Amino acid sequence: MNVMPRPSQWDDLIRPDRVHGSLYKDPAIFEAELQNIWYRTWVYVGHESEVPNANDYVIKSIGPQSIIMTRDEQGKVNLLLNRCSHRGNQVCSYDKGNARSFTCPFHSWTFANDGRLVGYAFPDGYEGADKTKLGLGRVTRVQSYRGFVFGSFAAEGATLEEHLGGAKETIDRLVRTSPEGEVEVTAGFLKHRVKANWKFVLENECDGYHPAFVHSSIFNVADSAIGTLYGGKSTAVTRDYGNGHTEIDLRPEFRKRDQPLSWFGTTAERLPDYTSQMTAAYGEKQAREIMIDGTPHVMIFPNLFIAEIQMFVIQPLAVDDSVQHVTALQFKGAPDMNRRLRQQTMGSVGPAGLLLADDSEMYERCHRGVLARNPEWIFLARGERRESTDADGFKVGHVTDEIPSRGIWRHYRSLMEAR
Amino acid sequence: MLARESSTTLISAVTAFIYKEARLQDEHQYEAWEALWTDDGVYWVPANGADIDPEKEMSIIYDNRSRISLRIKQLLTGKRHTQTPQSRLRRIVSNIEVLDDEQSGGDIAVASNSLVFESSLRDDTIWAARNEYRLRYVDGELRMAYKKVTLVNNEKALFTLSFLI
Repeated sequence: MNVMPRPSQWDDLIRPDRVHGSLYKDPAIFEAELQNIWYRTWVYVGHESEVPNANDYVIKSIGPQSIIMTRDEQGKVNLLLNRCSHRGNQVCSYDKGNARSFTCPFHSWTFANDGRLVGYAFPDGYEGADKTKLGLGRVTRVQSYRGFVFGSFAAEGATLEEHLGGAKETIDRLVRTSPEGEVEVTAGFLKHRVKANWKFVLENECDGYHPAFVHSSIFNVADSAIGTLYGGKSTAVTRDYGNGHTEIDLRPEFRKRDQPLSWFGTTAERLPDYTSQMTAAYGEKQAREIMIDGTPHVMIFPNLFIAEIQMFVIQPLAVDDSVQHVTALQFKGAPDMNRRLRQQTMGSVGPAGLLLADDSEMYERCHRGVLARNPEWIFLARGERRESTDADGFKVGHVTDEIPSRGIWRHYRSLMEAR
Repeated sequence: MLARESSTTLISAVTAFIYKEARLQDEHQYEAWEALWTDDGVYWVPANGADIDPEKEMSIIYDNRSRISLRIKQLLTGKRHTQTPQSRLRRIVSNIEVLDDEQSGGDIAVASNSLVFESSLRDDTIWAARNEYRLRYVDGELRMAYKKVTLVNNEKALFTLSFLI
């Protein structure tokens, strides 16, 4: 298939318990995803802590597009398109820095870090031109939640908080695990490229069925208690928050263990500074509860994956080319905790990660697999007959059930069908 | 400064060590490669340049001796999927120089360049790197106390790197 499906044809591609393999491999569908998902809905771009000072900037992305996230002199965060409004040249060639303005090297057009065109070479040739209409392109709407900056190219639509919906609480849960109530993104990113469609990455993040098999090699040799979380007898649950957001909620298992910091494979005694900071911030009882529950494992559609100790940002470059940007989460003012967060993250993720290199192998093998024509379907029915509803009205199932994939595809279809 | 003769002897020993390490890596002789490390070995593959602080920023690999051992144990399970089947590898190591033969603790600072051809299920990939070592004589044999592998393209998005670089 090389032509975009008509709305009625989505019935042929997305069913409640299965999706068609062409959704992962058809270049026309990928182009439509850019228009209907990446350039329309709320997409995570960066974190405010990456541009802490006035005039800081960092290069980010929305899909294949390069975005300059700046903090201007007034302290406002801007998402600017890295494209000169004159001839399209990229105006910024460095990953990060501090600059009041960006001068295009092609014809010396200069833009302030809030996007305004402030000057061009030999201005007498531009008599009558309106500089105010020649600024850098910008992401139409920019909103942040707890420091996480999202952008949307749609002028109208749901607010960021409406989009986050029930998943908003997972971000609250994350920042609460920091003694100062803030996370920081200051450890730099690993960029792990896979020759696979981005949705294989998206769906794997809350797939609780695979760890026992894909990661058995590390569970067998590391003294890890992760394996039991994803076993057949686990009480952890998968959850569908709607709007494509999905979660693996491991708290039922951590609460059974009833040990602070067990979620992080350590103890309060081994992180004494963090533990005392938490107790000072929240009081003994609440600090203990927070340190038992730990941080969330949540996939914010379409590209922000908070994986307990690290965060991934999924970037689609082409139908079969994707990048996972990943960094350790850092808790403001908690150095002993942060060191462990970095060490554990570096061991697990990125191109050589003891976990993620095997996940990425699966993404690439799946991508090659769906090139086969029979069967053409991906079967996503696991746990369909044992779904239930939690106290907040969200669908939940066993930790190994495919509730997250079904939720992602339901939302995906609503976006792709929209005109 | 070493006398000419002992300098020649040292560079020969260092070169032989580095060629042997390269062969063990290419042929996935995991245990023999692990045996090249000293007890305090550090294996570092930085990301985003050569000069980041690995105690503050993310590296592709930043293994202390126990994590080197864990990495090897995982490969030896045979269920490290990204290396099952194993990448087929051959590397050229060149530009070997002894940069400092009298570091504190008796370590010898050595550098080389390498070019690695990897053939895996995904595709064929070429990796290029600057390698910096601290080597040490332990019981009369050279051992690695430190190996830093700075990939030329470590600022870019990289495909999986699950063989021994």
